[in-house]
Amino acid sequence: MVSICFYFQVHQPFRLRKYSVFDIGKNHSYFDNKKNIEVMLKIGRKCYLPMNRLLLEQINRYKDAERDFKVSFSITGTALEQFEQYFPDVLDTFKELAKTKKVEFLSETYYHSLSYLYSKDEFRQQIEMHRDKIKKLFGQTPSIFRNTELIYNNDMAKVIEDMGYKGILAEGWDKCLEWRSPNFVYKPAGCEKIRLLLKNYRLSDDIAFRFSNRGWNEWPLTAEKYMQWVNSVNGNGTNINLFMDYETFGEHQWGDTGIFDFMKRLPEEVLRNPDNNFKLPSELVKDHEPVGEINVPFTLSWADVERDLSAWLGNRMQQSAIKQLYMLEKEIKMIGDKELLEEWRKMQTSDHFYYMCVKYFSDGDVHKYFNPYDTPYDGFITFMNALNDLVLRVKQRNGSLYLDAPAGNKSSSQVFRS
Amino acid sequence: MKGDRRARVLMFGWEFPPYSSGGLGTACHGLVKGLSNNGTKVIFVAPKTPKSDNSNTKLISAMSNITLKEVESMVTPYMNENEFLKELTTMPAEKISLYGKNLFQAVYLFSRRAKIIAEKEKGNYDVIHCHDWLTYQAGIYAKEVSGKPLVVHMHATEFDRTGGNGINQYVYDLEKEGLMKADKVITVSNYTKNMVVKHYGIDPKKITVVHNAVEFEQNDFPDAKINDGLKTVLFLGRVTLQKGPDYFIYAARRISDMYPNVKFIISGTGDMLPFIIQKAADLGIADKVLFTGFLKGADVDRAYQMADVYVMPSVSEPFGITPLEALKNNVPVVISKQSGVSEVLRNAFKVDFWDIDEMTNKVVSILRYDELKDELTAHGSTEVRRFSWDEPARKCMDVYENLIR
Repeated sequence: MVSICFYFQVHQPFRLRKYSVFDIGKNHSYFDNKKNIEVMLKIGRKCYLPMNRLLLEQINRYKDAERDFKVSFSITGTALEQFEQYFPDVLDTFKELAKTKKVEFLSETYYHSLSYLYSKDEFRQQIEMHRDKIKKLFGQTPSIFRNTELIYNNDMAKVIEDMGYKGILAEGWDKCLEWRSPNFVYKPAGCEKIRLLLKNYRLSDDIAFRFSNRGWNEWPLTAEKYMQWVNSVNGNGTNINLFMDYETFGEHQWGDTGIFDFMKRLPEEVLRNPDNNFKLPSELVKDHEPVGEINVPFTLSWADVERDLSAWLGNRMQQSAIKQLYMLEKEIKMIGDKELLEEWRKMQTSDHFYYMCVKYFSDGDVHKYFNPYDTPYDGFITFMNALNDLVLRVKQRNGSLYLDAPAGNKSSSQVFRS
Repeated sequence: MKGDRRARVLMFGWEFPPYSSGGLGTACHGLVKGLSNNGTKVIFVAPKTPKSDNSNTKLISAMSNITLKEVESMVTPYMNENEFLKELTTMPAEKISLYGKNLFQAVYLFSRRAKIIAEKEKGNYDVIHCHDWLTYQAGIYAKEVSGKPLVVHMHATEFDRTGGNGINQYVYDLEKEGLMKADKVITVSNYTKNMVVKHYGIDPKKITVVHNAVEFEQNDFPDAKINDGLKTVLFLGRVTLQKGPDYFIYAARRISDMYPNVKFIISGTGDMLPFIIQKAADLGIADKVLFTGFLKGADVDRAYQMADVYVMPSVSEPFGITPLEALKNNVPVVISKQSGVSEVLRNAFKVDFWDIDEMTNKVVSILRYDELKDELTAHGSTEVRRFSWDEPARKCMDVYENLIR
């Protein structure tokens, strides 16, 4: 028996508006509502609505069968807020999905942040915020955690285990697996109760990245062909974890590539083989004993060929910007102003740092859909200008002096100078 | 490469730096060197002005495939009628018959002498290649006497040079005649290609874009920086309407409001210099603006190395080699979107030349945030190493081959 476990990541950041040096101290609105609405409406129509309806249809089709169709989602707080504000119809279809009881919602940081790396307090607070939001909207309390961009290491698994989670997700990266297969349930090194579910990146990326690539020797990919690959796992694994961005459907892979038809056909093809079924992450960790322990002493992610943090923290601009952002934590929390706190948190969303990524930029690679900037340098300027305004506001409110630069960081001493 | 030997070129070009002012001589030098390195034989014909010494001869003799033919003349790149007449007053009276009474007569005289060379060397070249309007007539004559195909290379159009402020009809007509009679046109950017199509009615299929490059030798000045925590913003180029020095000086005022610990350096000379000096005073930043005059040779590298940011605010820049030179000297750049180099350079800030606020935003950010400056510099200087003259030389060689096949 092999179980297919789908997890779809749903995320939209609050993009910053063009914020210049002249705005600092004068204009306190940082976010580009117009752009954010525009993107939300576009992706909502192309991806979220049609795909939610497709899943609902397929779930209902098999809802009373012995082997049913089910999927899991992780939806960030910033995406949920934008559904509420800009596109409530999308939220309604997610609620409908929740009502089927065949859909599981996972936990993550509310702001899709890198907080684990900078503040464990903030990390836990954001997970709680997100858990409350999911409970409120969908009536579920998540028991499985996934971190931003599947950023993961042994210590983090321990923190999550201590918070009571039963499972955690990570990239099934060969470097950690060595000779082993991602298609089993594992235990993170140094943990006892929590289970580790690993992404089968080959089968996931066949859908998420390669589906429409005409240069790929397997193009065009049909549900039948895909199932041959899935079936070959039988006897060789208990579960295939297909983890991917939800924007794959209709956005990264446009509707005219046939991606929707593929997904419509897939449940039927999976269930045609009596040895296959669908399972949710919480079912996998309940039904399977770990076959071994996975040791990840370094920090892993699901991004790029490096599977590391270099996309967000690979250069000095990124490192400096995020360090200066988290330096505000103590003071902002002391002030206790809800609005300030919220703006500070919205700036923690990992996308802001991703936009500053220079690797590949010289080669002309577009690193991210809906990147609002021409260059990573523009991303940095906008972020730093807005951050400097936030710093000013914090300083005014607190009347104290923020900014004694930590040793070795010559740049942070320059905030406020000039 | 087809055939048993490479196309041999008769090239009408310009004096090399340090005696040239601006990008044309630099581009000729880089290209000729690239051609030589790639085994192309070139007969290089250049005007020898009363002020030149033997530096061209020296540079050329270092290149294995190049023969130099000098023609006595007073024409220099970017010259206009007024500049010519002013220059002429410094010449001995008996020389006037040699140089011509005005610029256009000078061009004619140069072209007649060039024609004699073209005729004499007829058996020694397969293609004619000339650079900008002052040499087009020479190219046309050479084509007439030899029947060989003509390539004209557009480094700048009359519309760029005049910054949209009234073109000279005679220059335009000569440019157009060259473009029409050429078998192939090379432009230094898509930006220039579009101008050639739009303003001269040339078929886009006849045009090949060959972007310029940069030479990598440079002089290092470890102590170039002004100390005292002062930061420096550099303008380097002719101080003429085309190069946008007025936008630079307006931005300078705004930049110094936001970042007072700053100096501005204006390197170069030109007809707008008095206006810019006056403007600096009017704007209350006379004490912050330094003028170096025209720099050549190693002093150019020194000026770059003094700077924390290089700004090229050109109103219309067919290519613009200077941002590549700045990056080569580890200086981050803010460049005008109205430039050819902005088509190919990624690790740079690009702004509209008229957008003084945005120019200020970018410059101030570079001055404020060292990490931004460091990343821009590191990635920019790596990127700039891709702009070797071998690449444009090879593209020109493809053009030649296609013409003689």
